[in-house]
Amino acid sequence: MILLNSTPADYLPIVMMFVVAMGFVVTTIFFTHKLGPKRDSKIKLDVFECGIESVDNARLPFNIKYFLVAILFVLFDVEVIFMYPWAVNFKDMGWFGFVEMLVFLGTLLVGFYYIIKKGALKWQ
Amino acid sequence: MELVLIIKLILVVAVFAIALGIAAYSTYGERKIAAFFQDRLGPNRAGPFGLLQPLADGVKMIMKEEIIPAHADKTLFILGPALAMLTACMTGVVIPWGSTIEIGGAYYPLQITDINIGILYAFAVVSIGVYGVMIGGWASNNKYALLGALRASSQMISYELAMGLSIVALVMTTGELSIGEIVRQQHGWHWNVIYQPLGFLIFIVCAFAECNRTPFDLPECETELVGGYHTEYSSMKLGFYLFAEYINMFISSAIISALYFGGYNFPFMDSLGLSHNMVTTIGVFVFFAKVIFFIFFFMWIRWTLPRFRYDQLMNLGWKKMIPLAIINVLITGCVVLLLNKN
Repeated sequence: MILLNSTPADYLPIVMMFVVAMGFVVTTIFFTHKLGPKRDSKIKLDVFECGIESVDNARLPFNIKYFLVAILFVLFDVEVIFMYPWAVNFKDMGWFGFVEMLVFLGTLLVGFYYIIKKGALKWQ
Repeated sequence: MELVLIIKLILVVAVFAIALGIAAYSTYGERKIAAFFQDRLGPNRAGPFGLLQPLADGVKMIMKEEIIPAHADKTLFILGPALAMLTACMTGVVIPWGSTIEIGGAYYPLQITDINIGILYAFAVVSIGVYGVMIGGWASNNKYALLGALRASSQMISYELAMGLSIVALVMTTGELSIGEIVRQQHGWHWNVIYQPLGFLIFIVCAFAECNRTPFDLPECETELVGGYHTEYSSMKLGFYLFAEYINMFISSAIISALYFGGYNFPFMDSLGLSHNMVTTIGVFVFFAKVIFFIFFFMWIRWTLPRFRYDQLMNLGWKKMIPLAIINVLITGCVVLLLNKN
């Protein structure tokens, strides 16, 4: 029911805001690029490493944990998004909907328990 | 129709300007509050009480030399801060800044647009903000920046889960995803914080983590990562990152006030016997007072609590906040159903 009372015209102001913000960002970046002094040198353009000569570049392999967190986020965030339509219609569905969500959450929590036991979230 | 569009355009420009103004003066406020907490004077050179300090900082940022490191990816290096700034500005569209104003018998809402999926829109845009940090940190080709960006992105996405779940509980009690409607339901003193205290607590903790504010400011923790993801940035591109952080803080405070603290509603708003426009005007001031209180709260926490360690941060996010948020959803479900029975 609530999905019907919004028209595409409601999204027009979002486009306006986008144009205003985009205009501001582009103009500012362009003008600061033109305004500031330009005194480049090889050392100045080098990577900052606290004054020590830089070793290698930063395209290094990094901890797999970050990647794992990102994957888990995608999984769990999709589940959370599934809960939104349920939450909107929650009062109409009553206990039946609640029990259904318990089953859903139960399955989710089994997976959650599994990743914790697997040590996927252990940061040492 | 044309009048509506003109009003919308005025609102867009006004919200944009107010967001920038409040963000600029938050930097001043932050430094003054820090000074007060540490028994110092704080900025006091530019103008009376240093009130022109944000302007001086802005001019400085614009006039500084722009450095793009030789090894950086040039396109992404510019795209990062631009994206961070852009997404920070875009969220203000769905926030109801006030009730309606009456012009010639017609009522115009002081909300740029009341789309029926306002909350989802706000979350979607905030999530895109992660890209700004991630792209900027990666493009710098600097190890500090890379580590900062990694930390920032995994922290932000981790806390987004608990934040989403705390909102689920709120949506269950309100039955609405439109922020305008949620605020209207909180008329008078029926503020959601009374019905959702635990949800509010989870939400505000996650808001701190989303904004990279202390005690969750590991992405830019100076003692180990220099400047974090913006180590290599200078000039206005650095300015954009800092600005985006303050705008995000302002927008988060506005969302907290709107969702949990009644937005522009205040107790006894009907019994004052004032005209509709007058009540709306007071409402706008009340809303901004709430927002400014929460901005102050953000700063208060920053100068009070030390920073978490990274494993503590992740443990708090995944093993405490998410289960707590799920429990909150279950409790809310039971209570709402039991009360709805009769």
